[in-house]
Amino acid sequence: MTNTEVFLQQLIYGLSNGMIIALVALGYTMVYGIVELINFAHGDVFTLGGFLTLTIVGVLGAAAIIEPGALGESSHWLLLLGLVIAAGVFCGGLNLAINRIVYKPLRSAPKLTQLVAAIGVSFILVNIALFWGGAPMKVFGGGNAAAASKDFPEILEGSNLLGDSSNVVLRLEDIAIFAVTIPLMIGLTLFVKKTRLGRGMRATAQNPIAAKLMGIDTDRVIAATFLIGGFLGGAASVMWSVYNNTISFQMGFRAGMDAFTAAVLGGIGSLPGAMVGGVLIGLIRAMSDQYIETRWTNVVVFGVLILILIFRPSGLLGLKQREKV
Amino acid sequence: MSALLEVQNIVAGYGSIEVLHQVSLEVHEGEIVTLIGGNGAGKSTSLMCISGIVPLRGGEIRFAGERISGVGEGIRADKLVGRGLVQVPEGRRIFPRMTVLENLMMGAYGRDDKAGIAADLEKVYALFDILKARSSQLGGTLSGGEQQMLAIGRAILSKPRLLMMDEPSMGIAPILVSKIFAAVRELNRGGLTILLVEQNARAALKLARRGYVLETGRVTLTDDASKLLVDPRVREAYLGDG
Repeated sequence: MTNTEVFLQQLIYGLSNGMIIALVALGYTMVYGIVELINFAHGDVFTLGGFLTLTIVGVLGAAAIIEPGALGESSHWLLLLGLVIAAGVFCGGLNLAINRIVYKPLRSAPKLTQLVAAIGVSFILVNIALFWGGAPMKVFGGGNAAAASKDFPEILEGSNLLGDSSNVVLRLEDIAIFAVTIPLMIGLTLFVKKTRLGRGMRATAQNPIAAKLMGIDTDRVIAATFLIGGFLGGAASVMWSVYNNTISFQMGFRAGMDAFTAAVLGGIGSLPGAMVGGVLIGLIRAMSDQYIETRWTNVVVFGVLILILIFRPSGLLGLKQREKV
Repeated sequence: MSALLEVQNIVAGYGSIEVLHQVSLEVHEGEIVTLIGGNGAGKSTSLMCISGIVPLRGGEIRFAGERISGVGEGIRADKLVGRGLVQVPEGRRIFPRMTVLENLMMGAYGRDDKAGIAADLEKVYALFDILKARSSQLGGTLSGGEQQMLAIGRAILSKPRLLMMDEPSMGIAPILVSKIFAAVRELNRGGLTILLVEQNARAALKLARRGYVLETGRVTLTDDASKLLVDPRVREAYLGDG
């Protein structure tokens, strides 16, 4: 491989991973923007999305379904779309339930109480994932080793889209990631800008009391934020599983850490910030893995984060200062 | 004539601190009523109770003949706005990262009557022409006085039956204060009922028909505004004529 080819390859890896991170980061940043809570459970909601996806694939017998002819040429795309919707609805619903059961009763409690509650929810979800991993299904290894990583079957065909002679590999999975994440991001942006509920979200994020005085049902707006953030996390979990061909009860810890870092890097509370931050983290990881060394990658990522926070404390696209009233 | 707003013996507070001890007041259709008093007297808390943001610990509130809040019950804040109970809060609370026009349209959040909204928007622009000139500017970039005009304009787009204003003169250049008070008078002449909370007692009493004096959570005086203006107790405590 030439130097250029190596670089291009890392660019593809970085962008693909970065788009997934960005999708998860949106869930962190939306919730923070509206209730000033770092939802530590978000990464674990993502994990459960991965487990649900593998369960569905196992129940359906994915191999049979994606065989050409079962649903025609586009069967694997239909399966992918179905999984994204299923995991999205599941994670959205789960996030909604967490908000209703845990966060809403604590809304006027001190921020630290809410934060500890979020960490508690995170532990509960990790253990549910561990339990789920012991399910007696073939795709879960027959339930023998709950904590082990589970293989995720190949849903999209693996040939190189740039041709067999090309050293740079662009897989269908890379395209799928863009095909799923970009419309979701555009959809979210339009939703927040154009719809009544979206305007209610922006208002609640900027001044919750004023929002109530405008006739906005802020509880409903907050619930919708959790729902949408969860949906994006669920969609991301499907793409992550399909891309990496493996899931584990810890997948949300790593992805969540990257995504949270991305949200802070981009400016927590800012939607474009989370998108830019996610892609940047993906690229930095890929380049560091290639040009520095894998074991230094975490150091590089957090080093960049610290540097940016020193010179721009509110992140790349963050607000200069929270408005005080 | 029955009152548009009746506040009866309300008690409210935050945590272990009781701020209002049995406050009662009334606002009749078409009036400007002012609530004056020093810092911490409970003026803002009174408005927040009426708006349904701060829950009652005692007493009840009736609006347009209907009971809207009692102890442990009441109509939610966001629903009260739709009934025409609208507040311009202390410190303005505009949305800093929305444009002036977006801010104004947030006032019409619960409305679907496009023609009515457009008419009210023109009304606001007629009242404060600067808002039209700045309609695409971000709210956070306006001066304090312009933000106050924006907050009032936003409230007008909520189609108020009763407009409650909390310290509209606070922290604003004197020239803009008189402009804002003139606008309040004009709105009232157009038929709008107004409950005005002010520390600037003289200006408020000159504008209002009746007034209430609130001291440490209790109404200590109430009368026609013209009488309060010459009342020695008011003059000494609030008009600086001691």
